[in-house]
Amino acid sequence: MALDVRLTHWLAYRLLRLTLVLFCVAALAFGLVMLSPIDPVDAYLGPQMAQVSPEQRALIAERWGFESPPAVQFGHWLRQLLSGELGWSHIYNQPVSEVISQRFSRSIMLLSSAWLLSVLVGFALGVIAGAKEGSTLDRVISGYAYITASTPTFWLGIVGVLLFSVYLGWTPICCAGPPGVLSQEVSLLTRLHHLALPVATLTLLGIASITLHTRTRMIALMRSEIATHAFAQGASRIDIAWRHGIRHASLPALTLAFASLGELFGGAILIEQIFAYPGLGQATVEAGLRSDVPLLLGIALFTALFVSVGNLIADSLYHLIDPRIEQGPL
Amino acid sequence: MLHIDRLTLQLPYYQPWWKRRWATCFEQISLSLMPGEIHAIVGASGAGKSLLACAIMGLLPEGAKTSGQLVFQSEPLTPARQCQLRGRQLALIPQSLSALDPLVRSQRQVSWAARRAGQAKANAWKSAGQALAHYQLNDAAQRAFPHELSGGMARRVLTAMAHVSHAQLIIADEPSVGLDPRQRERVMAALKALADQGKAVMLITHDLRHALPIADKVTIMRQGQCMETTTARAFQGSGDTLSSGYAKSLWQALPDNAFSLPVAQVAASKEPNSA
Amino acid sequence: MSPTQPRLYAVAYIAFAVVLLSTLIASPLWLGAAPLQMQFDARLAPPSASHWLGTDALGREVWARTLAGLRLSFWVGISAALLGTAIALTLAAIATLSSKLDALISLLIDTLLSVPHLILLLLIAFALGGGTQAVIIAVALTHWPSLARVLRAELLTLRHAPYVCISRSLGKSRGFILLYHLLPHVLPHCLVGALLLFPHAILHEAALTFLGVGLDPNQPAIGVLLADAMRYITAGYWWLGVFPGLGLLLLVLCIDRLAFTLRRAL
Repeated sequence: MALDVRLTHWLAYRLLRLTLVLFCVAALAFGLVMLSPIDPVDAYLGPQMAQVSPEQRALIAERWGFESPPAVQFGHWLRQLLSGELGWSHIYNQPVSEVISQRFSRSIMLLSSAWLLSVLVGFALGVIAGAKEGSTLDRVISGYAYITASTPTFWLGIVGVLLFSVYLGWTPICCAGPPGVLSQEVSLLTRLHHLALPVATLTLLGIASITLHTRTRMIALMRSEIATHAFAQGASRIDIAWRHGIRHASLPALTLAFASLGELFGGAILIEQIFAYPGLGQATVEAGLRSDVPLLLGIALFTALFVSVGNLIADSLYHLIDPRIEQGPL
Repeated sequence: MLHIDRLTLQLPYYQPWWKRRWATCFEQISLSLMPGEIHAIVGASGAGKSLLACAIMGLLPEGAKTSGQLVFQSEPLTPARQCQLRGRQLALIPQSLSALDPLVRSQRQVSWAARRAGQAKANAWKSAGQALAHYQLNDAAQRAFPHELSGGMARRVLTAMAHVSHAQLIIADEPSVGLDPRQRERVMAALKALADQGKAVMLITHDLRHALPIADKVTIMRQGQCMETTTARAFQGSGDTLSSGYAKSLWQALPDNAFSLPVAQVAASKEPNSA
Repeated sequence: MSPTQPRLYAVAYIAFAVVLLSTLIASPLWLGAAPLQMQFDARLAPPSASHWLGTDALGREVWARTLAGLRLSFWVGISAALLGTAIALTLAAIATLSSKLDALISLLIDTLLSVPHLILLLLIAFALGGGTQAVIIAVALTHWPSLARVLRAELLTLRHAPYVCISRSLGKSRGFILLYHLLPHVLPHCLVGALLLFPHAILHEAALTFLGVGLDPNQPAIGVLLADAMRYITAGYWWLGVFPGLGLLLLVLCIDRLAFTLRRAL
């Protein structure tokens, strides 16, 4: 009972903190955009800037308040934000909220499947490597993890495209579906076919951190008194890894997986760029390159929310699951 | 049941860089453990008691060098046989309570011990419950996680794990550490009961006083050497029947006895420690 | 592996890495103008004895450009890592001065950590308008929070260490305690932290450049080389993409292992 009350308080505090952090992200992103040397009217006009006279430019600046001090503009933007209005994206000619929801619905397939696969595979590899520390298998697995941890995401994507799409022709070279076909008409199988290589690339890279983290946990466990006691009971290494190891390593692995959503998203930006996959990552790069300020701000806020919720889940896991919580988190 | 014949253990250590040297942990230890007896191994910390237990169980760290022989039930106890018999014929009650998995409820842990001893799944669960009940651990304690148990209860869970394996040789490493006198007596009584069932119990302790009430035989160890093996009855009066000086002074130094420390003995006992 | 081997191995490895990195840093001495030299009769030549790693669309040697790119990555990485470590250390030290400052700095750390690195990088690069300096600043600004968090925790525990309490009761000023008691403790952490930041910094710089908001496309940076390779990807000129990335992978791996070895030794 007392635990529930404490948990509720803790959660309320964390949610408050989350709101504060999001506010700070908004302020930071807005401040950075204000710093930009790019003229906001040019940014607003995009490619049409040559067709506009100086008078019209002044009108635009007045209409959007570009002349008022940054604090006033920020207040204005924040008020719009609270009423659910994220602004207009000039490169897609759509409201920002629509661009984000459309793009994210495509990205989520990529993100979630890569996340799930890398957690599962990474965890399994970590358990195996840690249980047999020093064996050939361990060396192969940790060597793989160290190498992929140093691999540039986008390079692996390029190599993947070269090998599987250009030479072997197993996977399509770009996009979320065949060119010229409306996205509603693309069958599930085709969709998966287009997703396969991006997901595989993102997974291969995501595995490393989970594997190394789990391996460290497993090695600590295999050297602990718990393992010695189990050995004394006649348990084999596999038995210990299965019964004790998975219990001890799963929570830290899951925590890490939730805490590293930001990195996953960063990887997705690069992967989507290489595979020309029309997701949120690609929209981010477009917004950055073509100075679509409202979209850039919207995406920054949205991803911050996404990552913060991941962090919140990561922190909560111990409070919710670990039986030792009465003694405080580990 | 178990005969230890001139067992010597050396562990490697590394002087800066690459030279490997050997540290002798214990040397020329010979003992015999009989069924139905409690054999106490008494010595200060660093005397090599716990390593002796590890050597019998076959749980020595990699790179350890042993010589001498172990004979269990009239067959040599080779590493392969140790591996086979661990948890079935040989059981260890570890010294530290952190040997219990903090994430596993006690009945489940005991049932795992039973499974590892070769029992079938359903059977193991039942016998785990029985073993815990045998050590006066009720339903709540059986469902509890280790951190929810008191030190004495956790110690009894560890004992139950050795009990459930039906091992013939049970090694208890410092079972009385950190317990109040009542709890200690309960744990000691449990060991006595195991011996009365015809099992051989090896009781490792640093405190002679805790061992004497239940032990049949006592071996005094010091600095990896076996000083003396004698019956527990020899420790009485002024200890005149004890043959070694160290055992005698250990006995005489107890608060209940003379509480005396001969000057020469103090000097002698200090000297190897600093070496 | 016996406990002696790692130490010998560590020294051998550190020596090897230092030699490798100094060769890379000194590469202009023996490379000359090779990364920029165009050979019009050998455009897009595959790897061969005369063109070790092939040539690009303007007939420039891929191996020379890769080396020049790695050297550039190295300098950007080291500057960003040092700048990031300096920011982390300064802010972590300021955080120990008062609880209000501490709360403020923690909030800043949390804020920066809740935006994906690459998006923050894009925003900062957008704000600063691109270029080498902008990339260094952007990478430093995105990477200090995780190190600052570690240093702050370290300093906060040290602040209540007995010898610090004694020093405080002897009437020493906060500045004195910070300078003479706390900082010497965290400096080794800083060194390792900087080394750990280094590979991240390099990878992020390359990613940013690859996306087109980083280093100047006229420079032979790895990101530029790879973005270039993307343009020819369907034509099957594999050497353009494979080798620069492989070089970057080896550089990052080399530094990552160096950090790992040093951390173990310290």
